[in-house]
Amino acid sequence: MLDKLRVEPGWRMSIQDVQRLHYLYERCSADLVRLDTFSTEPLLRAYVESLVSRAYAEIHETRARSGKLRWRTLVAAFPRAFRRHLGAFGLAVGLTLLGCSFGWFAVRADPDSKAVLMPFPGLLDPPATRVAREEGARTDRLHGQKASFSAMLMTHNIQVTVMTLACGVTWGIGTVILLFYNGVILGAISADYVGAGYTRFLAGWLLPHGAIEIPAILLGGQAGLVLAGAVIGWGERASRVDRLRRVAGDLLSIALGAAALLVWAGLVEAFVSQYHQPVLPYGLKIAFGLLELGALSIFLARAGRV
Amino acid sequence: MRALRIETPEGVVFSLHLATPVLRALAWSVDAAVLIAASLVMGRASGTLAVIGADWANAIATLLYFVSSIAYGMAFEWYWRGQTLGKRLFSLRVVDAQGLRLRPAQVVLRNLLRSVDFLPGAYLVGAAACLLTRKCQRLGDLAANTVVLRETKLLEPDVERIAPAKYNSLLALPHLAARLRTRVDPEAVRIAAAALALRDGYDPPARVELFAELAGYFRSLVEFPEAAVEGLTDEQYVRSAVRAIYAR
Repeated sequence: MLDKLRVEPGWRMSIQDVQRLHYLYERCSADLVRLDTFSTEPLLRAYVESLVSRAYAEIHETRARSGKLRWRTLVAAFPRAFRRHLGAFGLAVGLTLLGCSFGWFAVRADPDSKAVLMPFPGLLDPPATRVAREEGARTDRLHGQKASFSAMLMTHNIQVTVMTLACGVTWGIGTVILLFYNGVILGAISADYVGAGYTRFLAGWLLPHGAIEIPAILLGGQAGLVLAGAVIGWGERASRVDRLRRVAGDLLSIALGAAALLVWAGLVEAFVSQYHQPVLPYGLKIAFGLLELGALSIFLARAGRV
Repeated sequence: MRALRIETPEGVVFSLHLATPVLRALAWSVDAAVLIAASLVMGRASGTLAVIGADWANAIATLLYFVSSIAYGMAFEWYWRGQTLGKRLFSLRVVDAQGLRLRPAQVVLRNLLRSVDFLPGAYLVGAAACLLTRKCQRLGDLAANTVVLRETKLLEPDVERIAPAKYNSLLALPHLAARLRTRVDPEAVRIAAAALALRDGYDPPARVELFAELAGYFRSLVEFPEAAVEGLTDEQYVRSAVRAIYAR
């Protein structure tokens, strides 16, 4: 039976099979106790132990089966998990805003710090140069590479979000650093463009994809902080194992939800955000971004409520 | 070797052997090789998609590689109950740290946290965590409450080969045979069984000396009546003792 379960993980035992397995488990357990009393070949003991341990895993698993994965269940689980940990989301937003403030004031106080704070070489040009180049472009500079650019953005952003979540296991230190650093970049870019008088360009460029991408990374940060809370367990009487077990489902729901959002953000960034006035009016792009943000907010606030 | 001891609600205690960081690294290197091979195949396959445009073919290849590198561990560990190809090759298995079945959330979480364990490269954080934790867990294992076990290939001892079923005068006295079983050192039984299995390969003087020593040990544990052991050579005595210990 145990071998069959190993070879066919989906095999469902009949009631007779379950009874037989339980009977054999009890016999093997009794034999193992006898082996503790009567010294014998270590291999024999190891053999009986392996039978008992495998049967134990099957018989004593009492956690409810999650059943078949359903699309509607998944969609509802994501906003519910988000709402259960609103405090962590607020903290993620706060840390990012703190980073934004730092980046903003650093660039305003010392414009040369842009080279250190911004990791993307394309953003190191003066805003006026970039705006003139992109608004005045007569050809599609992403022609023949939009899909691969979009795929690259999706994979990169999902990796950043997963890393922000995963760093929660370092008592949240890694998550806090990543959220703050993302905020610093955002603040530095904003200071650069707003200071040069290109606020509309900045909003038109960032909002269509950023309205989804930035919340998705914040969701990763939220999940990372939830994980950190479970690892640290301030004021909790439950063991670390129980705390982690309790939040595992929520972490997955948030991670899956954030990944789905980033797929959309990747498509929008490659196919919409990179096109500016006169191809796409800024008003339209800003309205599109605000619409996305509103829809996401309503979804997270309302979806999955009973 | 580190072991995980589990006590069942019935009060039965059993041990599971934990996989060492070296074995886990070997299994991971196999998985990495499989992923590289898969990415090469996907690269070739995406070349055939050039009919829909090189841009889309590149995008599909990028996404396929990304999804497969993340989903590989999750899919295999879920479908094969805690094993990937590499782990299967090295007889390793991921299980719940309480010895229970793996849950989907545990499989996904431990695989998502690989990104931290991999830092700063070559799984250094994960390896350090394995060495420092009692249950040899990387950070992903700690968060998902899982452990990696080494499954030993277990064969029942071949008593028929080392001590064929013949009349056994020691088994005629079951109370003394039982006393022998309670007193004997399992390691000594293992040595005696190995000596019997290899008896034809020894030099005659060494064989006599070895079995004299082993028989002396067994005789020191339980004193059988003279009638039961009369005429038995040292080697026959050891064979009878081993057979009596297994009580076949």
